[in-house]
Amino acid sequence: MTDTPDRPVLLPRFRFRGAVWLATPAVLVLLAALAYPLAIVVVRSFTDPAPGFDNYVWFFQSAVNRTVLQRTFVVAAWVTLASLICAYPYAYAMTIAGKNLRLALILCVLVPFWLSGVVRTLAWVILLQDSGVINSMLRGIGLSPVKLIRTLPGVVIGMTQVLLPFMILPIYSVMKGIDTRLLQAARSLGAKPWRAFLQIYVPLSLPGVYAGAIIVFILSLGFYITPALLGGPRSTMLSSLVQNQVLSLLNWGRGGAMGVVLLVATFVLLALAAPLMRQKHTRTRREA
Amino acid sequence: MSFSRVFLGLFCLLVAILLLAPTLVVIPMSFNGNKSLAFPPVGFTWAWYENFLTNPDWTTSFTNSLVIALIVAVAATVIGTLAAFGVTRAASRTGGLLRALLITPMVVPGVVLAIGIYAVYLDAHLVGTVAGFALAHTMLAIPFVLIAVQASLEVFDRRLETAAASLGAGRLTVFRTVTLPLILPGILSGALFAFITSFDEIIVALFITSPYLKTLPVQIYSSITRDADPTVAAVGTLLFLATSLIIIAGLLFGMRRGRT
Repeated sequence: MTDTPDRPVLLPRFRFRGAVWLATPAVLVLLAALAYPLAIVVVRSFTDPAPGFDNYVWFFQSAVNRTVLQRTFVVAAWVTLASLICAYPYAYAMTIAGKNLRLALILCVLVPFWLSGVVRTLAWVILLQDSGVINSMLRGIGLSPVKLIRTLPGVVIGMTQVLLPFMILPIYSVMKGIDTRLLQAARSLGAKPWRAFLQIYVPLSLPGVYAGAIIVFILSLGFYITPALLGGPRSTMLSSLVQNQVLSLLNWGRGGAMGVVLLVATFVLLALAAPLMRQKHTRTRREA
Repeated sequence: MSFSRVFLGLFCLLVAILLLAPTLVVIPMSFNGNKSLAFPPVGFTWAWYENFLTNPDWTTSFTNSLVIALIVAVAATVIGTLAAFGVTRAASRTGGLLRALLITPMVVPGVVLAIGIYAVYLDAHLVGTVAGFALAHTMLAIPFVLIAVQASLEVFDRRLETAAASLGAGRLTVFRTVTLPLILPGILSGALFAFITSFDEIIVALFITSPYLKTLPVQIYSSITRDADPTVAAVGTLLFLATSLIIIAGLLFGMRRGRT
């Protein structure tokens, strides 16, 4: 109970014990449509077809599964790196641009959201296919076409475009709050512009980078539609394997075990990242 | 202008092109004279728009999505707004925990969730039903409403409630005449997010769909995997235009509100 000191006794309280109960309907929906289904997945991974750890033993013993698991993490890492490389300078430009240019830059980040997700993936098929936009342009300037559709780089390009806003926005929101007088101070003390930028600005922007990177990485791990449509057999990701086990092979135990691996990886990463973000934040604040 | 500024400008131009590329190819493709998705499109036709508006596969799935998304927008907005009050007004520790719990749908991998919901729905006979879609999508949409409404509750000056109450207004009157109008922008943007979340949801939908109940994203997905039909591009363009109009209208409305 946090009572405001100057609050007259009879007026409505700002924080009150009963308030928590207002969330009851939301909690019930979550129990029915999230907790219960996930519990079923976990239970089946240990019980279907027979009780025990067979599904997990199978998962980690199969070379194909291990390759796909590894590939899922590698793709997520590439997408995170590519988004960071694109997002960092872009977010920085947003902070130094004039009012109209900034509006245009923000619009470019938001407009992709206005195009339906599945349609966006179709657009990437159009762009990447052998007779697609990128290859037509390459042929136009006399270069030989490259194979992009059904390849890993194609999947990474498509996923990066979809996830880029999730990297730009957190970085921008942190950069917006950085006091640029710190840079001037560093320069007035004799630091070269690049040195001031790397030693003062970059560390201060790190909380945004961590937040963006963890969101992009975690969302990448669970991506399903984009890899399914842009990728080929050699770029299958874990989600497609789960779908295949359950819908095509009706093997709920194995599909469930894969799902649990994906779920555990996601929550372990979140748990690891949360203190990292907080710690960096206070450290940079102290240093500043 | 320094060399590094020019370089930064060019780099950002490339990133902006990457961001806009899908939109830029989908629109011309929707007028393609050939039934193909090869670039560049040839000729000009309205045929794909006509197909979308007359072909029952497309019109039914569009209506289904509209009905489900409207139900979800109402349900998730009411439930999510209540939860946002719970989170902001409860003791801060409990509120923080509750918030973390309620936004988990945003990070759970889609396919894992989808197989779980599919398993439950098979037992409960909810596969291919509006109720089944509405329940799953409401769960997915609640975090968006919660975040939007909570943001406007955080900046909301609670002394206004105290003032109204000190003038003799009851709790419900305070809520209806003071709190609600002030947090309405947050609630409306939450409702919009909820609508779009449901209208655009594909992964869970692919699992719980049936031949009798397809949503628009499922129809788009099966069209993409079946053949190269530019109707998808026409649908994408129409949805893009509709979303842009709603958001621009919302911004203009918000600006006018802010000025007066």
